[in-house]
Amino acid sequence: MEQLTMAQALNAALRDALKQDDRVLVSGEDVGPLGGVFRVTDGLTRDFGEDRCFDTPLAESGIVGHAIGLALGGFRPVVEMQFDAFAYPAFEQITSHVVKLRNRTRGRVELPLVIRIPYAGGIGGVEHHCDSSEVYYTHTPGLKVVTPGTPQDAYDLLRDAIESPDPVVFLEPKCRYWAREPVSFGRTGTPFDRAAIRRRGTDVTLIAYGPMVATALETAEAAAEEGRDIEVVDLRTLSPVDDETIVESVRRTGRAVVVHEAAGFCGYGAEIAARVSEQCFHHLAAPVLRVTGFDVPYPPPKLESGQLPSVDRILDTIDRLQWDDEVVLAAGGSVRDA
Amino acid sequence: MAAQPQNVTGLLPAGEPVRFVAEDGTAGPPPAGYAEPSAERLREAYRRMVLGRRFDTQATALTKQGRLAVYPSAAGQEACQIAAALAVREDDWLFPTYRDSMALVARGLDPVQLMELLRGTWHCGYDPHATFTAPQCTPLATQTLHAAGLADALRRRREERVVLALIGDGGTSEGDFHEALNFAAVFDAPVVFFVQNNGFAISVPLAKQTRAPALAYKGVGYGIASEQVDGNDLVAVLSVLDHAVAHARRGGGPFLVEAHTYRMDAHTNADDATRYRDAAEVERWRAADPVRRLEKHLRERGVLTEEDVAADAAEAEEFAAGFRARMNAEPEVDPLELFAHVYAEPTRQLAAQRETLRAELAAQEG
Repeated sequence: MEQLTMAQALNAALRDALKQDDRVLVSGEDVGPLGGVFRVTDGLTRDFGEDRCFDTPLAESGIVGHAIGLALGGFRPVVEMQFDAFAYPAFEQITSHVVKLRNRTRGRVELPLVIRIPYAGGIGGVEHHCDSSEVYYTHTPGLKVVTPGTPQDAYDLLRDAIESPDPVVFLEPKCRYWAREPVSFGRTGTPFDRAAIRRRGTDVTLIAYGPMVATALETAEAAAEEGRDIEVVDLRTLSPVDDETIVESVRRTGRAVVVHEAAGFCGYGAEIAARVSEQCFHHLAAPVLRVTGFDVPYPPPKLESGQLPSVDRILDTIDRLQWDDEVVLAAGGSVRDA
Repeated sequence: MAAQPQNVTGLLPAGEPVRFVAEDGTAGPPPAGYAEPSAERLREAYRRMVLGRRFDTQATALTKQGRLAVYPSAAGQEACQIAAALAVREDDWLFPTYRDSMALVARGLDPVQLMELLRGTWHCGYDPHATFTAPQCTPLATQTLHAAGLADALRRRREERVVLALIGDGGTSEGDFHEALNFAAVFDAPVVFFVQNNGFAISVPLAKQTRAPALAYKGVGYGIASEQVDGNDLVAVLSVLDHAVAHARRGGGPFLVEAHTYRMDAHTNADDATRYRDAAEVERWRAADPVRRLEKHLRERGVLTEEDVAADAAEAEEFAAGFRARMNAEPEVDPLELFAHVYAEPTRQLAAQRETLRAELAAQEG
């Protein structure tokens, strides 16, 4: 197995998809000779020709709308939005057309289209380069939304996304582009719509995705030193969500914390917290807590460390999971805030 | 880098809209560079215009009777609607808007399937791949990008097929229209953008929409050959669209056509056009009626007889009666179809939600 960064694993996935299926096309701003600003499309134009990987005019609605036409015409386009916040001009094309064409036409029109979006912060980017935009997409029925937390998943999930008959928004955690691990191209990993348990534990289920998977794992190591055994669930696919894996885990541990970079209000964690309380109520020893970005626009680079969920903040939150109340309950008392 | 060499003059539209036939039906001098369509095609165009107009009045009547949720009429735009259908081959793609139902009837789509959108039984009732017709688009100008992309797909496959994208005057203010022109030009996509300038975007007149000398000039900045045409002269519209389609089909890239026409009815049945335009203006345009103009012209040329006119009218009546009868039947819908076409395979969550609705329905019936 080769040691690859996440960016290289994504590149390998695009290469293998281009090799395997001549309907696959890669388009976007600067994806050609430059290889994309994060080099994810590095060498694709050179190796597959400008017919297969090509630069477009600088217009995001145009990139997605044009790709819809390519898909109607039998191609399987993979488009790149350069940064999270620069994808917003394409929002109407995504929400009104990409996701609805199958539905509008009673399934007669299939739209296999992948929209790759580097997202989230942690790289010292200036404004409009660090948004966590996942819920804009997960709130849209008809779309599959996935986000890898590891190089191996980046490869597997992107191959799956390109083969999916449904349109996929593929969110790439840009702070993890340079993370490295051995990557196998055998595609034997976790299936497309399943969450992965990254670390087994007995005390708390820590639910994370994308950029926060690594932070969650780090937190679990730190908690172990404090004597708490944390399970880490990497969601991988945000829509549809893998309820089974989450529920099975939380029913075992009795406690759950959801972590994400995006603002907490109406965030993805709210949905997970609701689902967990609906499906695990009698197994919970504490309310589901969230560790999220604050409800502020993404801050400038010098202030971003205050915004991003940190190991310490997650540990502090785990501490608030009413560990003492269990004693009260066992003694027949009432649940009070300790 | 130096500017790319372009023959700007070659891209410019004519200073005045191209016209073959005057309002009174008499033929003027033939416009330079355009060929008159054959008498046979014009005869067929007349037949479809009569049929299209009758379909349109029938759909409006059905709306008043509550059979359709809403109907945006194309009355007054018959020359554009029918020319759009006739200018392309069956296997060319057409990208219509919500106001282009008449063009789709003229293209041969089943009118009841077509009306599913406005009847409210589903969003798009016909099969786009079988009819090479995209769903009627309600968000403005978004379809022009799909048209550019599909045309690019045809070019990449080296197919000699083209795409015709329909849009109105208001839609040309949307960013997607400009992105579509630009993408189509950059990729040499064989697509014709056909703007039916009917004077109003609901209530807003063209003068408040643009300062362009004509909408046709919007193509030039993108390097797209462009033309403007009298949109109530079927002969001219068909001739110019023929020219544009041939240009795209032979690899000349995109083409932009603006037709100057007029929306005789309100935006939809829910709109009150007397709030924003004079009755006198509507009457002036009534004199420019496209169906009567073609009829006079073809009669003068001896292409159309009294009997033909009567036969076409009778056929249109029969078509309307059949359409009406089918539309008066109570449509059947399946509430569980809600879940049928969201993903290729229903997600676990949707399967559970479907079961919830199924149980509710069963309880109501029980």
